[in-house]
Amino acid sequence: MAFFLETLIGGLMAGMLYSLVALGFVLIYKASGVFNFAQGAMVLFAALAMARFAEWIPKWTGITSPIVANLAAFIIAGAIMFVVAWVIEKLVLRHLVNQEGATLLMATLGITYFLEGLGQTMFGSDIYKIDVGMPKDPIFMLESMFQGGILVNKEDVIAAAIAAALVALLSVFFQKTSTGRALRAVADDHQAAQSIGIPLNRIWVIVWCVAGVVALVAGMIWGSKLGVQFSLTTVALRALPVVILGGLTSVPGAIIGGLIIGVGEKLSEVYLGPFVGGGIEIWFAYVLALVFLLFRPQGLFGEKIIDRV
Amino acid sequence: MLYRENGQFKTSYRADQQIFPIAQDRVAIGLILAVAFLVVPAVASDYIFRAILIPFVIMALAALGVNILVGYCGQISLGSGAFMAVGAYGAYNFFVRFPGMPLIPALILGGLCATFFGILFGLPSLRVKGLYLAVATLAAQFFSDWMFLRIKWFTNNSDSGSVSVSNLQVLGMPIDSAASKYLFCLALLVIVALLAKNLVRGAIGREWMAIRDMDVAAAVIGIRPMYAKLSAFAVSSFIVGMAGALWAFVHLGAWEPAAFSVEVSFRLLFMVIIGGLGSIMGAFFGAAFIVVLPIFLNQFLPAFLGLFGLEISTAGISHAELMIFGALIVWFLIVEPHGLAKLWSTAKQKLRLWPFPH
Amino acid sequence: MKPALYPLEKPPIMNTKKIGDVILDVQNISLRFGGVKALTDISFNVKEHEIRAIIGPNGAGKSSMLNCINGVYTPSEGSITFRGKTFDHMNSRQVAEMGVARTFQNLALFKGMSVIDNIMTGRNLKIKSNLLMQALRLGPAEREEIRHREYVEHIIDFLEIQAYRKTPVGQLPYGLQKRVDLGRALAMEPQVLLLDEPMAGMNVEEKQDMCRFILDVNDEFGTTIVLIEHDMGVVMDISDRVVVLDYGKKIGDGSPDEVRGNEDVIRAYLGTSH
Repeated sequence: MAFFLETLIGGLMAGMLYSLVALGFVLIYKASGVFNFAQGAMVLFAALAMARFAEWIPKWTGITSPIVANLAAFIIAGAIMFVVAWVIEKLVLRHLVNQEGATLLMATLGITYFLEGLGQTMFGSDIYKIDVGMPKDPIFMLESMFQGGILVNKEDVIAAAIAAALVALLSVFFQKTSTGRALRAVADDHQAAQSIGIPLNRIWVIVWCVAGVVALVAGMIWGSKLGVQFSLTTVALRALPVVILGGLTSVPGAIIGGLIIGVGEKLSEVYLGPFVGGGIEIWFAYVLALVFLLFRPQGLFGEKIIDRV
Repeated sequence: MLYRENGQFKTSYRADQQIFPIAQDRVAIGLILAVAFLVVPAVASDYIFRAILIPFVIMALAALGVNILVGYCGQISLGSGAFMAVGAYGAYNFFVRFPGMPLIPALILGGLCATFFGILFGLPSLRVKGLYLAVATLAAQFFSDWMFLRIKWFTNNSDSGSVSVSNLQVLGMPIDSAASKYLFCLALLVIVALLAKNLVRGAIGREWMAIRDMDVAAAVIGIRPMYAKLSAFAVSSFIVGMAGALWAFVHLGAWEPAAFSVEVSFRLLFMVIIGGLGSIMGAFFGAAFIVVLPIFLNQFLPAFLGLFGLEISTAGISHAELMIFGALIVWFLIVEPHGLAKLWSTAKQKLRLWPFPH
Repeated sequence: MKPALYPLEKPPIMNTKKIGDVILDVQNISLRFGGVKALTDISFNVKEHEIRAIIGPNGAGKSSMLNCINGVYTPSEGSITFRGKTFDHMNSRQVAEMGVARTFQNLALFKGMSVIDNIMTGRNLKIKSNLLMQALRLGPAEREEIRHREYVEHIIDFLEIQAYRKTPVGQLPYGLQKRVDLGRALAMEPQVLLLDEPMAGMNVEEKQDMCRFILDVNDEFGTTIVLIEHDMGVVMDISDRVVVLDYGKKIGDGSPDEVRGNEDVIRAYLGTSH
């Protein structure tokens, strides 16, 4: 039982990280109807930026305190993501405004490749560390109920807390600020929003910036856990099923979908895996999403897709 | 001046409907085929065969298959690598487990395995489209990755999933030299291209394009969306599966599941986008482009940067390749969504009138 | 002398406009979208060989009614009887196979294909060769393709769009696109033709042409026509009977003169005076 709970909690933690990446997808889709395949590449790019600047700043300025260096690196990486967002909007999105979803999807695929190449050119292609002082030691919970307690990674707990805080911040942003309101208006109906004077282009830049920051936070946490390397982009590929499960237009859906996928992956690997040869993590999420697509394409919380003739 | 259809009147529907209605086109195609089959084998070096020509021919075949699904029928597919893998391993199993099975039937059976797999993973297309379908096809890709790595039976119980074939021959003639491999693949490509062109200009091709353009209206005319979509998946995966088998047997000789990863799927999609969606010619253009570009960059970039006194490592070249691919995809989608094939036909349109402006 | 349009399988019918029995019967159809009731308890019938107009103010539910007959929408209540067989919902493909064709208000043409190809898709139900035969394109497949091409060319002649046959339809002006839409429906050799505002956006000349086409089709082949139209002149001139809808309900049903004098109809169009 204790083992089951450990696996469950491990899955929840992993799921939280998927949710972070999925959040970026949902934000952009909600506001601009674009499915941003490049979210994973953005995570990698942001993480690379942060990792390298955290290295370079002490070298260039002689500041030795890791906290200051990391903070500065975070801010610089965030600024870089803003620039990326602005460039993407100006060079790509603006020209593809009325194209159908498939074209936009393939454009973001192109952006993915471009960012991967650019990131590695600018920041290098080795494995880099992000050390934001996350504690790496485990803690043992519920020692009274189970003998030996349940092993939980402190780092994961903190990551979950950060993710939760981010989601709360974003919710406040969307509900309470005027920009957030404008974003929700654009997500609902581009033309109507435009007709009341909401500047579409500026909104899109803002959304991609926010998605960029979300990517940065996700990159920071993933990078701290796994190290920053090219394979980070495949992690993002695993976040796609999360979005399908939760619903493309739903922020809570991204969170819950991520948790379900995270838990599902871990549990299926442990309990189903041995029967079929193991390693089913690589397709479990996708096949689950596939099943959902057959019976409930809009996911758990998304809006039903209606085709008008 | 030379390229004119002035004076070429068609007096029957059969003449009007032929694949190359303009006489100059027929001459050009005849010349190209003659050069491809007769001249190239005589003059090309082994390196050119192995590095450029054979990959080009096989990838053009695969791109043809993908174009039928994505370009003509409008069903986005990110799982083409999986179909190639199923074709390759399918053909391998038939070739190895039935001693004495000739090569071509093994390839065809591999293609049929891929067809079955394609129809299965094409079922979601009956419910969803666009991005959701893309995710469904990714499921095919990752499932196939796992299947050939973990299910030992498929790989004849090899440990790492890697297998190999040797001693290929067709009708008693061995296929071992680079030139013979090239000719074999080229022959298959030409045959499949002809059959594919017949399909897309016939009734089923129109059904596919109708589904792509407006599937609700297609149903109202009496087109069965299920039949059209699944047939597109079937035909496409058959061709892609055969290409995968060719890639494994003829080009690689020995391979493991990673040879057909999601990178391959993306690469095929790029070929189709850059070459031109919904165009048989486009498959050729796209394949040529994607096959030649890395080699071109390899030679050209160091020399170019050397002019400025800069150096670039091989890793740097592959990063540059990623950037250039990405930028080109975006550029094509913005400027000419119908790819190189459209640019080519626009050029031909202008040529019809040249030297007159209109 | 305009060339005549004739089907390949049957000889031309010399029709003296004899209106037949009920061929399509719509019974108590209601249609709901969530909380919105688009159609409420609508019943009317259509007799063979007649031209039946459906009119009503904007938003009355006319297109929705056609969509129900056509299988694009599934009605929440009610049934539809076609040639004696009753269905509570129609499947688009079955409806097409049963001989009902349709044009669309917003044009549902296949933008990527040429005029010929668009109209050829209408022949799809009649094409018999299978995938393999089409791939090889030997004798029978090629001959079949040519036969259907001939029929499509007759339709093109009939609609007078010869000059545009190879143009991608997306590049044609609106009036011509509407003709292609009609051509595609005609290619199905339908027994019942559902026309959704075929003359919307046309000038007087184009409307006259379109009227002529519709009357010719009804005249020469006895095709039953169900027509949604806003132009009262056209409706009164060419239709045999009229159904009037308003806010999803039927408020009038009868000959054009009967409907013209109907108080409810006048009120619906002109509004009440207080």
